[in-house]
Amino acid sequence: MFLYVLSRIARALITVALIITLAFVILRMTGDPATIILGPDAPPEAYEAFRRNWGLDQPLFIQYLSYFAAILKGDLGQSMRDGRAALDVVMERVPLTLLLTVPALLFNLVIGITAGIFAALNRNSWIDRAIMTASVTGFTVPSFVMGLVLALIFAVKLKVLPSGGSETWQHTILPSVTMGLIGAAIIARFTRSAMLEVLGQPYIRTASAKGLNWTDVVIQHALPNAAIPTLTIIGFMIGSLVAGAVVVESIFSWPGVGRLLVGAVANRDLAVVQVILILIGFTMVLANLIVDLAYGVIDPRLRHSTPAK
Amino acid sequence: MTHSGKQTIFKPKQQDFLIDVRGLTVDFDIGNHYVRALHGVDLSIRRGETLGVVGESGCGKSITWLAVLGLLGGGAKVSGSARFDGQELVGLTPRQLTAFRGGRIALIFQDPASALNPVHRIGRQIAEALRLHRGLTGKAAKEEARRLLDRVGISNAAQRLNEYPHELSGGMNQRVMIAMALAGEPDLLIADEPTTALDATIQAQILDLLRDLQAETHMAMALISHDLGVIADMADRVSVMYAGRVIEEASAEALFERPAHPYTRGLIGALPDIDGPRHRLEAIPGAVPAPSALPPGCAFSDRCSHVETICHKGPPILGLVGGEDDHSAACVRLDAIEDQELNLASQPSKLVHQRAGLQEGVEA
Ligand SMILES: Nc1ncnc2c1ncn2[C@@H]1O[C@H](COP(=O)(O)OP(=O)(O)O)[C@@H](O)[C@H]1O
Ligand SMILES: [Mg+2]
Repeated sequence: MFLYVLSRIARALITVALIITLAFVILRMTGDPATIILGPDAPPEAYEAFRRNWGLDQPLFIQYLSYFAAILKGDLGQSMRDGRAALDVVMERVPLTLLLTVPALLFNLVIGITAGIFAALNRNSWIDRAIMTASVTGFTVPSFVMGLVLALIFAVKLKVLPSGGSETWQHTILPSVTMGLIGAAIIARFTRSAMLEVLGQPYIRTASAKGLNWTDVVIQHALPNAAIPTLTIIGFMIGSLVAGAVVVESIFSWPGVGRLLVGAVANRDLAVVQVILILIGFTMVLANLIVDLAYGVIDPRLRHSTPAK
Repeated sequence: MTHSGKQTIFKPKQQDFLIDVRGLTVDFDIGNHYVRALHGVDLSIRRGETLGVVGESGCGKSITWLAVLGLLGGGAKVSGSARFDGQELVGLTPRQLTAFRGGRIALIFQDPASALNPVHRIGRQIAEALRLHRGLTGKAAKEEARRLLDRVGISNAAQRLNEYPHELSGGMNQRVMIAMALAGEPDLLIADEPTTALDATIQAQILDLLRDLQAETHMAMALISHDLGVIADMADRVSVMYAGRVIEEASAEALFERPAHPYTRGLIGALPDIDGPRHRLEAIPGAVPAPSALPPGCAFSDRCSHVETICHKGPPILGLVGGEDDHSAACVRLDAIEDQELNLASQPSKLVHQRAGLQEGVEA
């Protein structure tokens, strides 16, 4: 168990380092921040000064090393726009994004897992078909379409909810539901197939043959086993919440990390974009680490390092 | 001696039987229509008796017993009758059947490793059966589970209770399955290919264990196997199944000495020689037809070397084999083929050797 935990943590750390590197490479390869920040008409000396100021005149490799060293010291650079620490700029938006994503996550887990289990238990019935049709619709429709349709119905037509902004708690409903519905669609599908897989296993028949009634067979012998593959996709969902917020926050003019990212990319505010990319990567890695550790708790086969005799 | 006996339908006395299956049929829903996989199976077992059920893979041996206990799921339609100790099981609700499952009728399966739930400890899985059928919980259940593991020959029983199936070998897991089956103190144990997934030495040990337990508890047993060696070793009576029907039924002795049906003769002819390599000889060419692709008439007709036009007329029913009152077979050409020598003279002794061979395995 100890070795298992250790190896998962090591893997997570390596992934974070790779993400940090990738953020650097992508941003330095896609255009000159000096031109974008100062505009095309600035005098050459201004460019020079800007580059020197931000270390952009150094060779790329040196830039990378000093960037990495700074991150290790907890210094993630300053916003090129207003000179404030990039980390602060991003962090003050994080709670706003959590305000959307946490309800969205709860919504998609509760709805998605329940729907998936019911679909599997009623395989090929109309319940199954209805749930799966809704699920396919849910994840083939792009999130901006889903968001716009919901806004059209509830804000424009029915006028029961605001279409954008962040003044009241009602403003969180449409963006959360948009994200939640899409997540629920994905979770439902995975839960269903995990359940079907498990329900076909010989140990389910053993449990029935033992005299357990069907409800107990499902609760004691199918759900714990189906949770194992479902966890993977839940980890993935948690990891992609911040990334998913980008589109939804833009549609509903919600001032969270997602909209900050859109603005920072447009302005080539390197440090801010970097911090957000690292934050997204970090959430993904953390979510996967938690999932890996949870696996160890649920699945005894992973917990024991000794192979079967 | 008249041979008209085979026209008489074999009809044993009902009251002797612990379980009496009559005309059991199973139809599977395969999307737009049903396919019949069991065509009226008759089987019966007396108290304390071991019935061997033999036949190639796909003949319907497993689904017969799964159908009796209502374990085939919603896609299967079961009809016919299965009286267990006077109580009709076919048509009971799932809730009524749970009282029989794992209690008076216990099952063990072919692949013990996948028949146990990988995420639960062995002790918990046995305790579940003890709670359901004997009302034992907590310490009492744990103590009884330990005793059962001990009884089925698992050393370190107390420690094993806390282990998971993947930490045990296949043979050990089958012992756990047997312990779980014993938890309900069954009158009937259905052992579905209990040793097929195990190697020869372990196989012999498990069979010995079953024999001992049976002597001790007087439970009846349905031993399903495609291995005639195992059947010869264990069974009092034998039912031979082919393509969803019982095609021959007799005492083990009669069946191995005087097999009547060409299929049974083929199976016995296919027994590997104990001195030779241990692989199955291909004595019957071809394979069991799928339930959806049965030939007209006798299902065995397309593989039978004695086939005549009459065989395609309709499926033959079980009739007494000439001169015997406890031996029946479903073949319209019994009279014609009876006298043909199938080199069976040496078979009984071959089986005796095989039995000896299995016993040696235990000591080794
Ligand atoms: N759930 C099912 N749906 C459709 N056909 C099935 C199902 N289960 C078993 N069968 C078919 O029923 C026949 C008998 O199966 P089974 O009893 O498992 O054979 P065996 O004699 O090897 O135990 C086989 O042809 C098998 O394909
Ligand atoms: Mg079988």
